[in-house]
Amino acid sequence: MKILFKSCLVLTALLLGYGFCQAMYIAPTEATMGDVQRIFYYHLPSAWVAFLLFFINFLASVWYLIRRNVAADALALASAEVGVSFCTIVLITGPIWARPIWGIWWTWDARLTSTLVLWLIYVSYLVLRHYASGGQVPVLAAALGIFGFVDVPIVYMAIRWFRTQHPQPVIGGGQGSGLDPTMWHAVLWNLAAFAMLAFMFVWVRYKQAIVEHELEEAHAQASLDYETEGAQ
Amino acid sequence: MTSAPSLWAITRRSLVKDLRLEWRSKDAINSMLFFALLVVVIFSFGFDPTAEESRKIAGGLLWVAILFATVVALNQTWTREIRNQVMDAYRLSPAPPQALFLSKTIGNFIFVSILEVLMVPLFVVFYNLRSVGPVWQLLVVALLATWALVVNGTFFAALSIRTRSREIMLPLILFPISIPALLAMVDATTSILTGDNSPIFWMRLLAVYDLVFTTVSLVLFEPVLNAE
Amino acid sequence: MTDPQPQSAVSIRDVVRHFGRFAALRGITADFAPGKLYVLLGENGAGKSTLLRVIAGLLAPSRGSVRVLGSSNIRAVATRFGYMGHAPLLYDEMSALENLDYFAALYGITDRARCEQAIRTVGLDPSLERRVGQYSQGMRQRISLARAIVHSPELLFLDEPFSNVDLRSARQMTTLLAKMRDQGTTIFVVTHQAALMEPVADECIVLDAGRLVAREPGIPARLLSPYSVEERDALRDETLRRDSRENAEASQ
Repeated sequence: MKILFKSCLVLTALLLGYGFCQAMYIAPTEATMGDVQRIFYYHLPSAWVAFLLFFINFLASVWYLIRRNVAADALALASAEVGVSFCTIVLITGPIWARPIWGIWWTWDARLTSTLVLWLIYVSYLVLRHYASGGQVPVLAAALGIFGFVDVPIVYMAIRWFRTQHPQPVIGGGQGSGLDPTMWHAVLWNLAAFAMLAFMFVWVRYKQAIVEHELEEAHAQASLDYETEGAQ
Repeated sequence: MTSAPSLWAITRRSLVKDLRLEWRSKDAINSMLFFALLVVVIFSFGFDPTAEESRKIAGGLLWVAILFATVVALNQTWTREIRNQVMDAYRLSPAPPQALFLSKTIGNFIFVSILEVLMVPLFVVFYNLRSVGPVWQLLVVALLATWALVVNGTFFAALSIRTRSREIMLPLILFPISIPALLAMVDATTSILTGDNSPIFWMRLLAVYDLVFTTVSLVLFEPVLNAE
Repeated sequence: MTDPQPQSAVSIRDVVRHFGRFAALRGITADFAPGKLYVLLGENGAGKSTLLRVIAGLLAPSRGSVRVLGSSNIRAVATRFGYMGHAPLLYDEMSALENLDYFAALYGITDRARCEQAIRTVGLDPSLERRVGQYSQGMRQRISLARAIVHSPELLFLDEPFSNVDLRSARQMTTLLAKMRDQGTTIFVVTHQAALMEPVADECIVLDAGRLVAREPGIPARLLSPYSVEERDALRDETLRRDSRENAEASQ
């Protein structure tokens, strides 16, 4: 397992490095926006990875409610935390991009707004996990995780319709529109790199959650055994 | 031998019990009504618009005001069941958990509707509102929107009673998920009041939202009720 | 895992329950035959209430299994058992009959006469309009018991039914429990007042720090008093010594 982990780590580093080259040097400079546009190669993959992670959270939540096992809950927690992190990257890179181009920090464009709502939903998920106590946390969190993900398509539909009614400048010019084919290389390589990075983070966090649980179990077992010795 | 209790019978019984208890104590409804009135007045001080402007923002103001009043109401929903651990008695019985959820949701729906009946005329008066679009559409939007707020609110109130800081937890987890519904109810109301756009898409969205989340709530309520 | 005896009302195997790092139940195995009155005794924190809640299905065990009335799914037998908790499990703002009407309906009982009968059985007047929140503790516990038996269960769990209850109410409840046991109901009572239960108990089960440490017929004398036998003897000797000393001083 350790070897596998280390090789994945190396692979991730390589992908990130190559993705960086693609994004910064190989991909052509965008016609209207210039080099600032290159942040797009991190902005878009982050969004997709975050979305994928929230989908994993949904699956893990459902799995937990059916099977009630620790692994499902640990995966739900890990994927939510890493997902929120990547979502934060999207929300930070968006304004960094928008400011030089349009002179404003934030536009309520469809994708950015949807990402903000997604971020809010999963931050509230993490808040619930933090504030609930005891053995109920996994069940309550799983319920909220399912609610949150079910809401996602509705969020996208609502915001997209709202934007068609009340148009505003769009960051990124819509998905894939006006993207030169050579730019797609940079997008895909960075997507692979970020997906691997997310995978590594989730792996570590998942393992950590499992170990935490095992520690609790060990303590509880120890108190059981201690009393046995005391009674004899 | 006793007959197995049906979903609707238990729902009706629980609803009647809640309404009776609420009528007897009157604490929730009174404080909610006063809170609703305060919210409307304070908003009026905060926003002092001309008639034309007011039509554009009244939708947003009204629903935000109702949202805040609803959260105050929802927090009280489960308090009575926690006192004296009455919920244990329900859990022990063969009555279906969904009936408990439905009765609470319908009860909340009634309460929030009463609030709206108070707040909407006040808004109309303070903002000199007149609707360009048909009023029946406003009614449909109000019904769908209220159910949207109340169905998730009741479920999340059941989640939040098991947390520390339960009063703040409810809005924290309710607001993000309600955003699409809020967007829909605000824009639909504004569209109808100003007559600028068609609210039909929003009404459909609200209907879908209501359907989806009522189903999810009913399915997920049992594990939440029995989580311990 | 050994098979539960076919006639057991309640069967528990290796039940463990943790709360975080605290083990409230540390592996309890027992079978309970039907038609008897079992009294659960033990210090505070021994796990008596926790065990009752686990058997009644309010709490899931961390490990182990429970079979109630032959079924491992407590939901399936919900109509056949009743539970009286430490808290009243009643609505304060409703009268006794209104409370019972509602809870009976949860069991599918719509016959008001049964609710009135249950209230009468515990020695109270069903026509009393006063809200339960204004009852004395003795009356409130009795209504709580009425709620637990309104659906005529064959199995009954009672958690500290006599806490803060006046002696008359307590004796009355005890007589009722004995009568129900004689009619075939299996009854589990968690209580600190062992002396109250002594005349009617069939078996006592003693828990200590989450383990079952003793199980005996009736309630033996040493468990009736909060003091151990040695402590009682020492106390008695001390009292006798003091009395004789005072007598000696008085006669001088």
